[in-house]
Formats: sequence, C-alpha cells, structure tokens
Amino acid sequence: MKRSITRLLMAPSVILLLIWMIVPLSMTIYFSTIRYNLLYPGQNNFVGWMNFEFFLTDPGFFPAVANTLILLASVLIITVVLGVLLSALIDRPFWGQGIVRVLLISPFFIMPTVNALIWKNMMMNPVYGIFAWISESLGFEPIDWLSSFPLASIIIMVSWQWLPFAILVFVTALQSQDTEQKEAAQMDGATGWHIFRYLTLPHLARPITVVVMIETIFLLAIFAEIFVSTGGGPGYDSTNLAYLIYNQALLQYDVGVASAGGLFAVLLANIVAFFLIRAVGKNLTV
Amino acid sequence: MSYLAITDLQKHYDDYHALRGINLTIEEGEFIVFVGPSGCGKSTLLRTIAGLETSSSGSIDLDGKDITELASSKRDLAMVFQSYALYPHMTVADNLSFALRLAKAPDAEIKEKVQSVSKSLQLDALLERKPKELSGGQRQRVAIGRAIVRQPKVFLFDEPLSNLDAALRVQMRLELARLHKKLGTTMIYVTHDQVEAMTLADRVVILNAGQIEQVGTPLELYRQPNSRFVAEFIGTPKMNLIPLDQAVKQDSEVELTLLGKSISFPTSRLTGELSNHTIMGIRPEHMHLVDQAADLTGKVELVEHLGSEAYAHILLSSGQTIIVKASARIDLADGQQVHIQLEVDEMILLNDQDRVISASTEGE
Repeated sequence: MKRSITRLLMAPSVILLLIWMIVPLSMTIYFSTIRYNLLYPGQNNFVGWMNFEFFLTDPGFFPAVANTLILLASVLIITVVLGVLLSALIDRPFWGQGIVRVLLISPFFIMPTVNALIWKNMMMNPVYGIFAWISESLGFEPIDWLSSFPLASIIIMVSWQWLPFAILVFVTALQSQDTEQKEAAQMDGATGWHIFRYLTLPHLARPITVVVMIETIFLLAIFAEIFVSTGGGPGYDSTNLAYLIYNQALLQYDVGVASAGGLFAVLLANIVAFFLIRAVGKNLTV
Repeated sequence: MSYLAITDLQKHYDDYHALRGINLTIEEGEFIVFVGPSGCGKSTLLRTIAGLETSSSGSIDLDGKDITELASSKRDLAMVFQSYALYPHMTVADNLSFALRLAKAPDAEIKEKVQSVSKSLQLDALLERKPKELSGGQRQRVAIGRAIVRQPKVFLFDEPLSNLDAALRVQMRLELARLHKKLGTTMIYVTHDQVEAMTLADRVVILNAGQIEQVGTPLELYRQPNSRFVAEFIGTPKMNLIPLDQAVKQDSEVELTLLGKSISFPTSRLTGELSNHTIMGIRPEHMHLVDQAADLTGKVELVEHLGSEAYAHILLSSGQTIIVKASARIDLADGQQVHIQLEVDEMILLNDQDRVISASTEGE
C-alpha cells in the first residue's frame, strides 16, 4: 500500500523524464529510417538503412570522426597537463595569488561564440591579429591560422576555454592535500619534483578522472567554435561529427541522413565512454 | 662537544615571539622529551630542529656541523608526525622504503632493511596493505618504521601517541622505550602529557612561553623543581602550594608559621633569601592523615577513590583546599575533621618571585 503511494507520487517526474528522453530518441530513429529531405516535402517513404549508408559513405564522414577524436584527445591532454602544472605552480602562496587565480579562471565565463570570435579576429587574423604581429616583428611571414592549421586553431580555442575548468578542479583538490605528508616526504629526502611525482600526482588521480569525464561529454559536441571560425573547412579539415550532422540537416536539408548521423554520434559517445571508464574509472571507486 | 647543540635560538612569526632564546645541548643516545602546555613553543622548537620552520636567529649544530640553514632533506633526521602522515597511495612496504628509494639505495639492501624493520615492528603481514586499511596502532608503527629504516642521526617525535586510545598509548609508550634501548639513537620527543615525559625521558625539557623553564631528569624535576611553574606542571595531582603566615630564619632552623602552628625547616637546605610571602610546596603523597593533632588541621571536602589509592580534598581554615594522598581503604565522611602530618624532608619553599629557594635533601 505504502509502496504504491510512493510510486504514484514519483510517477509524474519519472514519466516526464522518460518522455523527455524517449520521444526525441524514437523520433530520431524514425527519421533515420525514412526519406526526409526538406527540398522534397511529402515524399517520406521508408528507406531502411539507406540514410546510414549515405552518412557512412559521405566523403566528410571519416575526416569528421577522425577530427572529433583528435580534437577530444588533444584538448584533454592539453588541459589536464597544463592544468596540473599551473595548479601546482599557483598552489603555494605568492603576492597577487588571488588576482592570478581569477585571471586563470575567467576564460571559462566567456561564451564559446565570443571565444571563437576573439581568437579569430584578435589573435589569429593574418593581417591585424596579434600572432601575425608577433611573427612580423620577428621577421617571419604571418601565418593564416584558420586556413593553414584549421584543426589546430580549433584545438587552441577549445583548450583555452576548458583549461580554467581543469585548473578550478585541481586547485581545489590541491588545497585538501595534507601538508604533514609533504613535510614527511621532505624529511625523507624528497625534492620538490619527488613530492609532485609521488604525492601530488597520486592525490590528483581522482580529480583528473572527473575532469576527463566531464570534458569528454562537452568536447564530443563542440560546435560553436567551428561554426563561428572555420565553418568546418577548408574542405573537411576542421569538420567534426556535430558539424557534419549540422551540415547534413541545415545545409543539405536532409534530415533523414542527419538523424542517422546523430545516432552514429550516440554510438561513438558510448564507445568512447566505454574505453574511458575502463581506463580511468577505477580511480573513482577507490 | 655535545651531539646536538642549540644556541640562542629565536623564532618570530609576524608579531608573535614563539621561541625566546633557546639554549640546549643534547648528548648522543639521549632520549629528550620537550613538554609544556599548549602554545609553549615545543612543537615549533622541534620543527625548527627538523628544518620545517626557519629560525629567526641562533644556530643549531648536529654532530659538529652547523645545520641551521640546511634543508630538512639534508639534515639526516627522521620525524614521526602526530597524524602519522603516511603516504596514502603507497603500500606499507613502499612507505617504509620511500626514503631509501629516493636515496637510490641498492634493491637488495632496501629489501633487507624493510624486512628487518617490519619484522621488529610486527608489520610483516601488512606489507602489501594501504595505510587506510590499517588500524591506528598499526599506522603508528608504520610511521615509526619509516623513520627507523633510514637509520637517521636523530629521531624526532611530534606528539606521536596523542591520536591513540588510552590502552594503546600505554602499550606504544612501552614499545618506544624498548626501541630506544635497542637502537640507542638520539630521540627528541614532544608531548603535552607529563606521564609520557616522566616515563620515557632520560632528560625532560620543560618549556613555557617560548623559553626553557628547566632541564633535568624526570626525578630531578619532580623532587627539585626550580620554579613554581615546574612544581605545578609535574605531578598528578598537583603539588600543594600553601602560603605561609611567617618564615623566620634562625641559626640552624627556619621557623615556618602556618595557620598558627609552627614547623621547623633546616637552614642548611636554604639556597636563597626568604621573602615576605614565602610559599610552602608539598606533594600529596608527602602528607599523612593522622589521629592526633599534628601540623595541619582541616575538614574533608571530598574523597576520590582510585582503587589503588585515594585522594582526600581537605579544606583548611584559611579557605584553601589541599589534596592529601590516603590509603585506598580510607573511610572518611564529608565534613569530618582530620589532622595532617607533613614530611618536612620533602617540602620545598618558594619566594614571592615564584622561584624555589630550597634544595632537596641529599642521598636516597
């Protein structure tokens, strides 16, 4: 009796959440099996696996998968490595520590679109960008970052955006590190590097896992930076899965193929999550 | 030449003067205990010796070498912390061998040392465990083992037993005493527990407000404190300090007047001048309840039975309460009138500057 009342009271929220998830998913699955092109309205016949075939054989498909994974791996490595180093560096008290910390965290508050515009127009522009000015004043040819190194440019922007998140998590974690352990290591003859390697890094194992997990979720779906700066090009050089799906749906008006791509992206995210949890998930259970 | 010499050591924090001129020499193989109330600077002194705090001025010499400015990693000292500070991500074996591995000792030597230490501390069955899988006592032993493995010049202990429960503390205290006997290494031990100080130390250093009050063997401090602070700090229950009405110096005897009764004290034991307000100090076990009229008379206020003995709190006519040790089976009613006999031989006298002005009796 009591139990059924509990269930009854819980039901609205559970059902709402279920619908919230089930409806878009089943509609995507439905769209992926029909012919659904906005240029040919009304011809919505069942086509089986055809949309998937189109998506998987699209010339942009392999570049997009590769770019998604390269972007993910590069940004993870850059933010975690730099994040750990910078956090360890600003952990000891120094003059102006508060200001430095605020400055390091602040990129996180800038929206991705603005971030991409800043990098595109102020930093990487070959005519009046700061990078170009630096190259010129050193006597080199300025580089047109967005067309010469499109994916690297995206990686720089996204890393700049996500480094503060890593620093925020790591700085907090470092503050909970036991000072007596460090003193004990000092007495044992450990240098600063030894303490970092044998005490600080193991202490950061769990926060690193958390950062990797959370960043992965967001990095698989990077879109705004690409849309605003390179537009996925030149060619498919900076197109990732999210951008390719957008491309199918709103530039080629083929919702069916885009839905098939969306389902593939879900699959890819699960594959990545599987390997990720196998690799670093054990840090969470300890 | 002493083994560890501390000369005029000063330590200032921003506006706080933590160590006010510490002078101390320690011989090789001694077990020294720093004891004092909290905030007296005992931990600061230990951490300065360890090199974890820098001194403001003064010098520390170890084994003929000035180590005042040396990094703690180069001082060849080992420290056991109050929180044990075990490395949480390493197994017990790795914790024990950490210092040796950093020093790039040969594998065979590391293995042998870890084995012999873990055997002597009964840690052999726990070598593969992580610190969080150990009990408090086991963690304590690992922390001690980590210090022993290195064979340092001096062991430093920072209140190592205060996180253990009472029974375990007594046991570990005994093990530490045994360890010191076996290794013969110099040990410096900080505690606020005077029982630990009395039972472990070769010499006790009593600190108060950043200064050394007195240094001596436990029994010296107990029998011959040189100030009121030491007299009151050492001994449980505390020494009774009773203000005298009058103290008059005669040829061979000092006549002490106390609540109308007079007591004679040999002049030969005086080491300083009597002052207007002389205070008499006597420990609870040096006073005896007797049947007929004696040195003091008072009323029983409360009796604490500890099983092996009892402490009677007795209210004197001056309004002061003193504590007298009585036999375990004493039967006293509250408010009952009792007579107290004093052991003059064990009494001390203090002047109005709180300095002791009497010497203990010779012999024994």
